[in-house]
Amino acid sequence: MTFENPDKKEKAMATPSSLASVAANTRKPGTNTLGIGLEARGVHAWFGKHHALSNVSLDFPAGTVTALIGPSGCGKSTFIRTLNRMHEFIPGAAMAGEVLLDGKDIYEPGTDVTKIRLKIGMVFQKPNPFPSMTIGENVLSGLKLAQLKNSNKDELLEECLVRAGLWNEVKDRLNAHGGSLSGGQQQRLCIARALAVNPQVLLMDEPCSALDPGSTLRIEETIKELSETMTIVIVTHNMQQAARVSDFTAFFLADGGPGEMIETAPTSQIFSQPRDQRTENYVTGRFG
Amino acid sequence: MSESKVSVKPSRPWRPSPKERAINFALILGSVLASYLLVAVTELKGKLAYFAVFFVALAVLNLVRGVLTRDWMNGRDQFFSIVMLLGMTMVILPTASILYTVFDRGRKGLHAGLLTNDMSLATPSDPITSGGLLHAIIGTFLLVSVALVVSLPIGVLTALYLTEIKGRLTRPIRFLVQAMSGVPSIVAGLFILSAVVYTVTKSYSGLVGSLALTILMIPTIARTAEEVLNLIPNDLREAGVALGGTQWRTVAMVVVPAAKSGLITALILGVARIVGETAPILLLTGGGDAVNLNPTQGAMGSLPFYIWKSFLLGTEESITRGWAGLLVLLVLVLSLFLLARFLGSRRTK
Repeated sequence: MTFENPDKKEKAMATPSSLASVAANTRKPGTNTLGIGLEARGVHAWFGKHHALSNVSLDFPAGTVTALIGPSGCGKSTFIRTLNRMHEFIPGAAMAGEVLLDGKDIYEPGTDVTKIRLKIGMVFQKPNPFPSMTIGENVLSGLKLAQLKNSNKDELLEECLVRAGLWNEVKDRLNAHGGSLSGGQQQRLCIARALAVNPQVLLMDEPCSALDPGSTLRIEETIKELSETMTIVIVTHNMQQAARVSDFTAFFLADGGPGEMIETAPTSQIFSQPRDQRTENYVTGRFG
Repeated sequence: MSESKVSVKPSRPWRPSPKERAINFALILGSVLASYLLVAVTELKGKLAYFAVFFVALAVLNLVRGVLTRDWMNGRDQFFSIVMLLGMTMVILPTASILYTVFDRGRKGLHAGLLTNDMSLATPSDPITSGGLLHAIIGTFLLVSVALVVSLPIGVLTALYLTEIKGRLTRPIRFLVQAMSGVPSIVAGLFILSAVVYTVTKSYSGLVGSLALTILMIPTIARTAEEVLNLIPNDLREAGVALGGTQWRTVAMVVVPAAKSGLITALILGVARIVGETAPILLLTGGGDAVNLNPTQGAMGSLPFYIWKSFLLGTEESITRGWAGLLVLLVLVLSLFLLARFLGSRRTK
């Protein structure tokens, strides 16, 4: 299934941001910053013998925000973790299907996993800044971890923090430790950290679930700004949030068996006229 | 104006009131009296009797106080608070007693040349002021350094294998490490004696002593480091690889720095495990009386050996020397601990 969204097409044509040119070494200059997006085809996931996710096919067109909603245990987080190969970190994990980034399967044998994760960044549910590093070092840690060279680190640092909406709060204490920030600030620090390696796709696994409404709002604004230059997939339990930030919404449900994707559509449609009765029950709050 | 505003004084209402404090004092006094009375009247005799009766009386009195003022639950709570206090005292008293004895007897053996002379020219019955334990300090320092240089990388890498790689051999290796940490030190000494000294080197040296110490040190470092690394949240590892780091880069840049102070503790515990180790040293190092800077050749002194030998010689002077050696060893270990705490707590920029 592919969705046509005229607004988004324009975005996809947009010129690369200055961030992209700063961190241009992650991708060859001149290539489209956005690529053509991410596609999941027939993805299954297992934990040991437990079949957690069954046959999910979903497109994430470049430059869009896709929200994954559904009750706990329906496989949303499992699914998002298959999209940048974090799923395989869990002992006993297995998967089937294909995940195509710009048409190339990221699970293809011989693929360099670290390169994939550079292109597909991730923000986790719990803010996890590196405790041994300062705020500035945290933001630039991706460059060191992936051994990327960057001549203008100060500019990149400022740009990432500005885009994550944190610059004004931390510009005077970049040498303080990441742990000295509040929860919401830490999460924005983690977003800035993910941005520094300039990913094509950003996966966010319930990024606001531990945050207060003010911080949530800031992060939602950040997501909207980021969607101009990257493809975003966000797992959320908050349906208002899905409605506010996303272009497309996919509803997941595990009805006794493995989790499945019940329905996907443009967000306005999911919330106004869902095709499936179960989706309607969920989004109107009748269960879940 | 501002002074008149401050009409509320900070107070701590959760602290015991003067009345409660008076009762506490009365209970302690009562227990002291009870212990004296019971020891005087009954067959119980000795310091230990005072100690035991005092705590039993204090526990019972607090139980009664709790039951009378509140209820049975509170009484039990009070009773077990006293039991905890007893446990704490039983830990602290012997330690304090050991420290006091060592400092008290050891200070008689201190003199100006203690840390600058060795025993090569002094006989056991020479006055205290002749000779010293330079050779023993240097020997211990060399033995521990060599053992540390060998065991630290092996121990930490073992811990990293157990916590980060989690390969197929994790279980057998963890079992081996645990079994090794129970190896009696004399066994480690005998093993090196039969495997290395009799077959290869054919002579005593500091190096073979260090090898035996390494056997004792690796499991201590590996186990402590494993516990410390297990405390590092998995989130951080995932965040590292999600940023495009390889596993090795993530471990080196994120996991190990986050565990730094714990790893230093592991190192110190390893050193503390071996610095006073005597049995393998007796078997392997030869324990000379002169300074020997070469760990690969010749007899090498060490503090435990020096202490053992001084007490064995039996003259009044040499026994005093032994206590002085104990004092130096103790101060050395304590300063190591303080140094480690300092290094571990200091934040690098």
